[in-house]
Amino acid sequence: MESQSTFAPGGGKTRLIGSAAMLPVGLLVALLLLALAAAVAVGLGAAEIDLGTVSRALVAYDSGQIEQVIIRTVRLPRVVAGLLVGAGLAAAGAIMQGVTGNPLASPGLLGINAGAAFAVVVGVYVLGAPPLPVYGLLAMIGATVAGVLVYALASLGRGGASPAKLTLAGVIFSLFVSALTTALLVLDQNTFDQIRFWTVGSLAGRDWGMVLWLGPFVVAGLALGLLLGPQITTLSLGADVARGLGQQVGRTRVLSAAAVILMVGGAVAIAGPVGFVGLVVPHAVRVLVGYDYRWITPYSAVGGALLVTVADTAGRVVQRPQEVPIGVMLALVGAPYFIYLVRRIR
Amino acid sequence: MTTPTDPFPRPGWITLRSRRPAVSFRLDRRAMTIIPLLLVALLLALIISTSQGEYDIPMLDVMRAAVGLETGNPNHALVVRDFRLPRILVALLIGAALGVSGGIIQGVTRNDLADPGLLGVNAGAGVLVVGYLTLVAAPDTTLLPWLALAGGLGAAAIIYGLTRRGGSSPVRLILLGVGLASLGAALINYFITRLEVDSAQRAFVWLTGSVYGSTWADVRLLLVWAGLLIPAAMLMSRQLNAMALGDAAAVGLGVRVEPYRAVLLAAAAGLAAITVTAAGTIAFVGLVAPHLARRLVGPAHEALLPAAALTGSLLLVVADLAARTVIAPTELPIGVTTALIGAPFFAWLLYKRGK
Repeated sequence: MESQSTFAPGGGKTRLIGSAAMLPVGLLVALLLLALAAAVAVGLGAAEIDLGTVSRALVAYDSGQIEQVIIRTVRLPRVVAGLLVGAGLAAAGAIMQGVTGNPLASPGLLGINAGAAFAVVVGVYVLGAPPLPVYGLLAMIGATVAGVLVYALASLGRGGASPAKLTLAGVIFSLFVSALTTALLVLDQNTFDQIRFWTVGSLAGRDWGMVLWLGPFVVAGLALGLLLGPQITTLSLGADVARGLGQQVGRTRVLSAAAVILMVGGAVAIAGPVGFVGLVVPHAVRVLVGYDYRWITPYSAVGGALLVTVADTAGRVVQRPQEVPIGVMLALVGAPYFIYLVRRIR
Repeated sequence: MTTPTDPFPRPGWITLRSRRPAVSFRLDRRAMTIIPLLLVALLLALIISTSQGEYDIPMLDVMRAAVGLETGNPNHALVVRDFRLPRILVALLIGAALGVSGGIIQGVTRNDLADPGLLGVNAGAGVLVVGYLTLVAAPDTTLLPWLALAGGLGAAAIIYGLTRRGGSSPVRLILLGVGLASLGAALINYFITRLEVDSAQRAFVWLTGSVYGSTWADVRLLLVWAGLLIPAAMLMSRQLNAMALGDAAAVGLGVRVEPYRAVLLAAAAGLAAITVTAAGTIAFVGLVAPHLARRLVGPAHEALLPAAALTGSLLLVVADLAARTVIAPTELPIGVTTALIGAPFFAWLLYKRGK
């Protein structure tokens, strides 16, 4: 019951940022933080590079200097990929939670990530090495199918798709699909080679090609999601209320689903199934900004990008020169939070 | 359902008593036919599975080679006794251990969705085992069972602690387990990133559960632990029956609920943990086997636990056969086949609960 106060709109002080005028300022501060984190992320790594060189690589590029080349071709695309993945997954989680009224909804828990990842693995198995945009399309198809299947599974029987049932259906679907993925990977050594670091969720070795070809999926989904802010806010009050206020509920749901699928498809195609960003970030954001999705979605996007950037940097630094995959780092933070949430919800 | 103090056994039940030691068993009459039938089926599955593989051996020769008789082909003894039998027996014992473990957990938590894997017990065992193997330069493999045991018990204790306060619905218990399991999986993945590249694929297969390359040492290990823990659990069948009626009813029937719950959960966690040292984390067997057993012999644990052991064994022997032969010569990890059976089964259970 307590969770209602942070999850659904309620009276009184439900957000930390009290005045509406401060909301844009807060977003600006978050963006500045993000820029700082990104700059640090570009500088840190197996080889440490000072911020002066980093800025020179950006504005006055000299391809003769090895450090500047590292920054331009290795560090920078990786950091940008992390920004896209974090922003996409977190915003997708926020929208899913708003539209379904389910505090546990998120791409990872509902099996959307797993479905997208499986579709990509199948694609690589069947097609060999398809061009990059095909990865995005495959991931989107997988995400769509997974979403429909999980929702159908959870809606079976009495009581409809309750948060717990939906999550359980997502978990079971993920387990099933990951068994299929394992079977495929064992079957085919080539696919395993290409994809084994990708299936745990990782940003290692992401290049400009991936960012340029798959990033637009995320950006398009995010734009759509931001435009839908007012409708999602109304819908989060409940479908009946939204209908009463004159909203075409079906249309909002379909458009929201499209936004989620674009973002998750793009993010998974870039980094593999990265969990828990979409769960944790929107909850944290809601504490800050309340219940208005015109603000929740952009804050979540920035927050998700920040979380992924920080986690990826930490993963690269904690045991140099090896690195801890981003999926692992996030699960270490996200799983305890999930346990906490499960204990709190009805 | 029957109460243990019922002085007039109904015709459907058979009572076995012994004054010293003071134990009594009440068996569903169905069990007297079903359990021998399961045993026969298991034996058949064992022989068939041993005869199949990259290189087929006639079943009669399998039996001869297994007991040490000449078959006229010196390869038979090698293939049967050194390659196939150990892994098939490991699968069989793991199935039995997981079946009983699941049966106990489902009884104690009164939750028909419970499974040692889903509750994070396997992951807990895996974390300590993999962590030890990667962090210690010269690992001592005789320590592994104890580490697995510690990890499994630790995970069980955490789940127990999390659910004690604030009560817990079946679905929520599973979700807590899922959280714990994904935390464990993340830690295991972290350790694996520290491994050499060669070991990584092996670790990957191990994580899904595999009996590839099992040895007689694994068989002995499982035999000792399962041989201790399964009978111990069966001796507590009466208490399990009472607990399955709910805590209030169990206390009313004179069962000291808390100590028995702790001991039974520990036994279940121990059984699951020991399978992890032998073959990695195999999910869903502990969920499916007790359900099948309940269908066959009813809900009384005196018959349910042995039946769950047998159905679990049967399941894993068949799953292993499928894993070896479906896409031969490539071999699937056995955990993949059990998940492919188990996940739809779980979905069906979820659907049935909703009705």
